[in-house]
Amino acid sequence: MAITIPILILAIPLFMFFFLGLFGMKMSHKLAGTLGTLGMGSVLVLSYFTAFQYFFSGLDIFVNEAGDRLQYLVFDQTWLQFTEKLVIKLGFLLDPISAMMLVVITTISFMVHLYSMGYMRDHHGVFEHGFQRFYAFLSLFSFSMLGLVVAPNIFQMYIFWELVGASSYLLIGFYYKKPSAVSASKKAFIVTRFADLGFLIGILTLSWYTGTFNFTELTSVPVEGLAGVTQVNIGTAESIRNIFATSAAPTFMGASVLTWALVLIFMGGMGKSAMMPLHIWLPDAMEGPTPVSALIHAATMVVAGVYLVARLFPLYLMEDSAMIIITVVGALTAFYAAMVACVQVDIKRVLAFSTISQIAFMMVSLGVARPEYHEGLGYMASMFHLFTHAMFKALLFLGAGALIHAIGSNDYTAMHGLRKSMPITHITFLIGCLAIAGIIPFSGFFSKDEILSSCGQYDILVYLWMSLVAGLTAFYMFRLYYLIFWWKEHVTPEGHHAPHDQPWTMTLPLVILAAISCVAGFIPFGNLVTWNGEPYDFMAHFDWSVASISLLVAICGIALATVMYRKENELPAKMRRALPALWTWCYHRFYWDELYQFITHKIIFGLISKPLAWFDRHIIDGTMDSFATLTNKASEAIKPLQSGQIQMYVFYYLIGALLLGGITILCLI
Amino acid sequence: MKQEIALLVVFLLVFLYDTFLGKGAQKGLPAFTAILMFVITLLGLCPHCCGVGGEQTAFAGMYATSPVIAAIKNILNVGVVIVLIQSIKWTNSENMSMRRGEFYELLLVTLFGMYLMISSRHFLLFFIGLESASLPLAAMVALDKNRYESHEAAVKYILTAVFSSAIFMMGLSFVYGLTGSFYFQNIYFAVSSNMSILLVLAIAFVIAGIGFKLSLVPFHLWTADVYQGAPTSVTSYLSVISKGATAFAFLVVMTQVFGAVYSRVWEWMLYALIILTITVGNLFAIRQRNMKRFLAFSSISQAGYIMLGVIAFNAMGLAALMYYVLVYIFSNLAAFGVIGAIENATGKVSMDDYRGLSKTNPKLSFCMMLAMFSLAGIPPFAGFFSKFFIFTGAINQGSVAIYVLVLIALINTIISLYYYLLVVKAMYISEDEPVVATFKSAASERLGLWITVAGIICLGIASCVYTYLLDTTAVSAMQAYFIG
Repeated sequence: MAITIPILILAIPLFMFFFLGLFGMKMSHKLAGTLGTLGMGSVLVLSYFTAFQYFFSGLDIFVNEAGDRLQYLVFDQTWLQFTEKLVIKLGFLLDPISAMMLVVITTISFMVHLYSMGYMRDHHGVFEHGFQRFYAFLSLFSFSMLGLVVAPNIFQMYIFWELVGASSYLLIGFYYKKPSAVSASKKAFIVTRFADLGFLIGILTLSWYTGTFNFTELTSVPVEGLAGVTQVNIGTAESIRNIFATSAAPTFMGASVLTWALVLIFMGGMGKSAMMPLHIWLPDAMEGPTPVSALIHAATMVVAGVYLVARLFPLYLMEDSAMIIITVVGALTAFYAAMVACVQVDIKRVLAFSTISQIAFMMVSLGVARPEYHEGLGYMASMFHLFTHAMFKALLFLGAGALIHAIGSNDYTAMHGLRKSMPITHITFLIGCLAIAGIIPFSGFFSKDEILSSCGQYDILVYLWMSLVAGLTAFYMFRLYYLIFWWKEHVTPEGHHAPHDQPWTMTLPLVILAAISCVAGFIPFGNLVTWNGEPYDFMAHFDWSVASISLLVAICGIALATVMYRKENELPAKMRRALPALWTWCYHRFYWDELYQFITHKIIFGLISKPLAWFDRHIIDGTMDSFATLTNKASEAIKPLQSGQIQMYVFYYLIGALLLGGITILCLI
Repeated sequence: MKQEIALLVVFLLVFLYDTFLGKGAQKGLPAFTAILMFVITLLGLCPHCCGVGGEQTAFAGMYATSPVIAAIKNILNVGVVIVLIQSIKWTNSENMSMRRGEFYELLLVTLFGMYLMISSRHFLLFFIGLESASLPLAAMVALDKNRYESHEAAVKYILTAVFSSAIFMMGLSFVYGLTGSFYFQNIYFAVSSNMSILLVLAIAFVIAGIGFKLSLVPFHLWTADVYQGAPTSVTSYLSVISKGATAFAFLVVMTQVFGAVYSRVWEWMLYALIILTITVGNLFAIRQRNMKRFLAFSSISQAGYIMLGVIAFNAMGLAALMYYVLVYIFSNLAAFGVIGAIENATGKVSMDDYRGLSKTNPKLSFCMMLAMFSLAGIPPFAGFFSKFFIFTGAINQGSVAIYVLVLIALINTIISLYYYLLVVKAMYISEDEPVVATFKSAASERLGLWITVAGIICLGIASCVYTYLLDTTAVSAMQAYFIG
């Protein structure tokens, strides 16, 4: 495979970032947006081509004779060489999940680029201030995300991991004059950075013991006779476990060091993927422009945590305790976020909590995946759900963006009954809701069904719990749908335009994503993405009882939502009065933010930071100040040396030479 | 020998041009010289000319060349080309019209002297090189005939130079008395088997004699007065090329002549000199207001850092020294380029005149800022990497004392950061009315600044430069001295 295409996939967005960032202000808004979109379009084509080559060309570097999919290292360039062993490389690894992610990222990113051409304007069609900057940041984000997914070593992944964090920060705070956006961007950055601290310690622990950063050396074995080609093999992970088990300190505080490393790495994933208790940044991140929410906070960056666990999946298989932690965290987060999503008023927040809940589904699915259950169905289901979720959640966010753009508010109370005035948005949004609720034949049905099926294999309790969450999902999504498009007739406030569908740049992405959401479920994912590259026929594992139960649960959820919200009635208010405590807790998101406020302000700032600040001001600064004073005094004291008289110069010269020799002689004698 | 011959050819061509071409053509002389130097720099860079493998000798072993030596000469050539480009405006000024040729001829002669110093393996040849690299400089310092300071500087320079040569000669006579030879090789073996008190004195005198050119404290006192008095182009030549060449020659002498008594004798001498040089240079730099004087003290303390490459006494130290000199050439010449441009346009050289410069001359201020950052060693500019490598080289020597030395050097970088940032502060943060009005600098000055800025930005990031030097030194004949 030619090396140019992978390089271009990374280079074009990076170039666009610098180009639009440096020269964007000198060109018109429209030109900058068009260039950004075209650049992304070309990356889209190249990525599709690459993924197509990988999955369907049948070259011996991509698939072996048994039909197993292989990992192919397209290039791996040494970037920094500190010592013989400590080498940091930059490269491009092509395997099932990275090829799939290339497709997901470029598709969503291109849609968002196109959509933003319409979205980032005011009602009169005038482009927003900083439009070029917006496109520069979008390009930076796309570059970082692509670099993350193709990273062949964990250090490169970490670098790009931080880069996506930084570009997310820049984009959340895009409206930097709005205080809430600024504080949201800071919150997102600090919370994820805190999680990344764990990630970094995990990386260092892992590489300290194993002596490598490379994923392939941690999880795979080289394929004979083909340079750069490897195949996932459980044996490698087992030998890694043995390295830990036979090391000088195999356990730490009761758990094995490998577990610690894996859990710490998972902590980084929890931060990025907004798992409880590190989820608090994601709802606030909705302060960013809606296309950004669709791209970063629904489809791509937030699934980086899932991707990370999937990357190291064979290692996680080695430590059951780490897998249990993933399952428990995922299951709790899924339920929590679904509960909160049921009562939120801001439509973007509903979608944000729904995102948290759906990512938790993927996490649970990874946590319950075992090779012995359906040949690791959970892994495939997780990646499948990642794919379908990216499409329908981006669709829902972009739909929400169209609504917000038309109404000028994030609040569903300002919407109601929009089905007639915005037909395209209505239909596509409905498709998105059906997909996420898991109604056959929309894409969400298939992926969610597989997740539930693998949960069922693992433990009946997890299965019931996740089915309940799936029911809640259907309920809150259709609550949202009815409150936006039905409930009562729309009343346009005075002085406002009547709401209408948006220009083609905004509706076209909706239609495309809706079309994908309709058909994506029929992709034979079992043939394409599995944990060890070995394809299997998904239908062999299809469990009709699970499928019909999950369908039933979803229909129940939708039915309940229909009863409560289709037409204006008293039922929701009655429900609220009947369960006041539950409603308040859900509405206030179980007071997580307040808890964090308490911990940071009262405990960390008051008890730790204040004494440290005193120490810094008085002891450290004091030392430095006296150092500076001393330097100045010394400088003053030796001033006479430079008298300007040549006789003195020569005299000092001679003294110096004699002293130099004399003292040395004295020392030697 | 090829590089020396090429340089002689350039010298002769410049001499002929100056002597025989008419008055009208004289203005082309600076560009002519710069182009010729550029050509021989390119020739030197092509691998065929550098020679391959180990040392080649000539004149019965008095002269030697090797890839490392060729590389250091190339580094000097690059610096000289930049100096020549930067000096075009000044030499074409009204004032210099009668002495234009002299500047270039004297400059090329001193460069030839430096070549000899670097390549010599015999003290007589070395002395000839040292003198021809020193004495013509006095004439160059005095070129600004109409300025009193220029004369004073020249007098101070020549008196100190003569004195230091005397001391150096005295050291040499001791060495000859002890060993009966001027060949480096012979002295090396005689010294290693026969230690005496006289030898210690001889080494001290040799260090003092060469230390004068490097302006190591306490042999530095002439530096500030001469740098301030000399024309800016001469000052930059003195502070960069002369210093860089001498640093390398110093390393050669210390390893190839006195390498056997490194840990017994001169490691400690140099240790003390480095601490003194860096610290005293910094302490004086803090209170300077004249930019040229300020850079004089800054270059004194930079010489202390360069000496870390000598005291490291290993191949990495050698590579780091060469790399440091290269980066120092670019950083310091960027600073001198800006100073020269402003001096040529307005005649102002005080730091107070730089206040608010960023408002009137943003590009010049930017170059100056990069130069200051690079000299202070702020990443990602080249200066950071050169400091990093020279510290690493020194630490690789391994003794605890060297760790302490590097620590002292590190503390001194903080002090140096203070005064380098004073310039940046004056240019960018000061709210005062700008003193220097907006002006357009000459094309030659801009070209020089573009080259230096490119070097400051690229030399560090492009790791290939340092890797090349490291690879070259790793196979050099000098290796044997470090091991033995």
